Amino acid sequence: MTTTRKPGLSRRSTLALMGAGAATFAAPWVARADANILRIGMQSILSGPIALLGNSSRNALMMEQDRINAAGGFLGRQIEFLFRDSKGQPQESARIARELVNSSGCELLVDSEASSGAFAVQEVIRDLGNVVCIHTNSETSALTADPKIRAPTAFRVARQGVHDAVAGSIYLADFSKARKLNKWATCSPDYAYGRDTTAQYLQFLKQFNPDIEVVTDAWPKLGQPDFTEVITKLIQAKPQALFTLLYAGDLSAFVNQANVYALFSQMTVATPNVDYPVMAAIKNLPAGIQSATRYLETFPDTPANKEWGEAYHKRWNERPTTWSWQCTVAMQFYEAGIKKANTLEAKALSAALTGLKINTPFGADGTITMRDDHTTINYAIGWGQTTPKEPFMVDIKPADWGKIIELETEWKKQQKYI
Amino acid sequence: MDLTALGVCLTTSACVVTQATSGLIVGMLLFLVAAGVTLIFGVLKIVNFAHGTFYMLGGYVAYTTLNVTDSYALAVLSGTLATALFGVLFERFLISRVYGSNVLMQLLVCYAVVLIFDDVVKIVWGPEFHAMGMPPAFQVPPLFIAGGVVPPFYIALIGITALIAIVLSLGLSMTRIGKTVRAAAINPQMVSALGVNTTLLFAIVFAVGGGLAGLAGALAAPVRSLSPGMGFSVLIESFIVTVIGGMGSIAGALVAALLIGLVRGFGTIGFPQFTDGLIYIMMIIILLLRPQGLFGRRS
Repeated sequence: MTTTRKPGLSRRSTLALMGAGAATFAAPWVARADANILRIGMQSILSGPIALLGNSSRNALMMEQDRINAAGGFLGRQIEFLFRDSKGQPQESARIARELVNSSGCELLVDSEASSGAFAVQEVIRDLGNVVCIHTNSETSALTADPKIRAPTAFRVARQGVHDAVAGSIYLADFSKARKLNKWATCSPDYAYGRDTTAQYLQFLKQFNPDIEVVTDAWPKLGQPDFTEVITKLIQAKPQALFTLLYAGDLSAFVNQANVYALFSQMTVATPNVDYPVMAAIKNLPAGIQSATRYLETFPDTPANKEWGEAYHKRWNERPTTWSWQCTVAMQFYEAGIKKANTLEAKALSAALTGLKINTPFGADGTITMRDDHTTINYAIGWGQTTPKEPFMVDIKPADWGKIIELETEWKKQQKYI
Repeated sequence: MDLTALGVCLTTSACVVTQATSGLIVGMLLFLVAAGVTLIFGVLKIVNFAHGTFYMLGGYVAYTTLNVTDSYALAVLSGTLATALFGVLFERFLISRVYGSNVLMQLLVCYAVVLIFDDVVKIVWGPEFHAMGMPPAFQVPPLFIAGGVVPPFYIALIGITALIAIVLSLGLSMTRIGKTVRAAAINPQMVSALGVNTTLLFAIVFAVGGGLAGLAGALAAPVRSLSPGMGFSVLIESFIVTVIGGMGSIAGALVAALLIGLVRGFGTIGFPQFTDGLIYIMMIIILLLRPQGLFGRRS
């Protein structure tokens, strides 16, 4: 049996022609729409135990996207974020950074990875050379302090380990002297941030209180589900105080498991990493943990800071984290830098960002500066102690930025960075 | 490496008690997960790479039940039953379709389930971590036994898991269904030829295996963070347990899990930066001396 084709256009051909026609007429409009949108790539840890920090970064950036677009965008172009989840895997971080620039057409990057991913992204940015990237969350000092690692078009808008270490060590040295807490233990995540920053804290802590002695240390893996053997090891060493750099879900699990062993009644605990959502998530937050202010609506105690914190809370029904304000400041730097450079071209924009000082609610005195070594200074740092209920932290003492810069310079010389 | 600290610990009753109980709790929870892996392998010769998903779902279901009912007992029960049911559905609708296929096909099916349910958890419970919090009955100070610190919650967990191990062991050796399962592990064709409903038997094996992993997830939820993908971390260690104990041996899984727990407990004192390495070295040595594992049969 044979089939005979009817004369004229088939249904398939008609549909194909209609599609081609629509594409022909729509293409210029689509192209214009794409060209008018400024795509900004953002990558972070958006799933897993650290995801609350990654998602708090995304939340803050979405607020900034709305604010900036309402004000006319960058260079007259509306901005649009492309969010990617690296799951905290450095190889994914590097791949995503390239994909965002080379395939997805992103003209700026906000790298909201933890240090493990940020170092991988840094090398991609150096290699690409044609895009500006702001790291918003890596606190490992070497990222920008080490001239061999610093990249010409990459910047850091984040707390920095050495800054925190100086501020925290001054506070903890005074605290330990007053209470005669000389036997310390440390427990920090086993990667660059945990090891480097713990070493910095200990260096300064011993400098300010030479009586301090470390009796044991523990290095659990990032995302480790069970800290039992770590906790019992710490208890066995009978320290008077524990310093930990665990954070997010790991800190929550550690506190819950440590509560079972009544660890907090056996030693004083100090950490720079108690964020709002972590405090809220820990069902039995012990009082009296000595902690840095990651983000607090009450520090700095200004109307602008409180207003931003409340706006975030209202929109997302949760409190911001330190990663949130850092992402917000990154966008404020992009806004001011692009205005100054009047271009997105990487070299010109990098030159505009270097040395730039902006007004922001998160500055110690209402301003934050992007220093010549591509890292921010003068952001609000304070130390206080936790309470189980809101405001979660009381008796906050602000850090002395003059002292921070002085000791950071000493540290850089010791490391042969300058 | 700090052999002095390890020596001091081993000669101090407080340290021995504290580290041994911490090793026991790590080992017993690991045993619950690994028992399911080894049971399923023993009967069906399938390596269930999706087993961590059962552990994760058990934790999340328990978390939701506790929020709704305020009862930890109900939370644990619901986590166990939900994952047992999930085990039956997983076996009937997915894994039974690749019985007899090559191991890569089975791996692919399991891996797909892991990825799908990690995303399901993200959609239902959100991508961020959750903390269940300690049940009020266990919010009590730890006990001090011979100078060592022993939390009552962990004593309860060790008791429950030990009871499960005994019930599982007696169930397999004394009951009709247990004997049938053991027979199916040795000669499934003969069991089938004798008229045993192997379809039902395989579903039961998956229900028990999945339920045990879910029970472990639910029991551990008060002290461990819940997050998508959390099953992966326990999966690797449960495979090590299964390999060391001998593929298919419940008693082997118990001994291997306790060994790993104790190596973790004391290794962290003497080899703080090489505790994971110790476990793998132990596995290599055991496999060199007994390639079939501690309690495995030579094939």
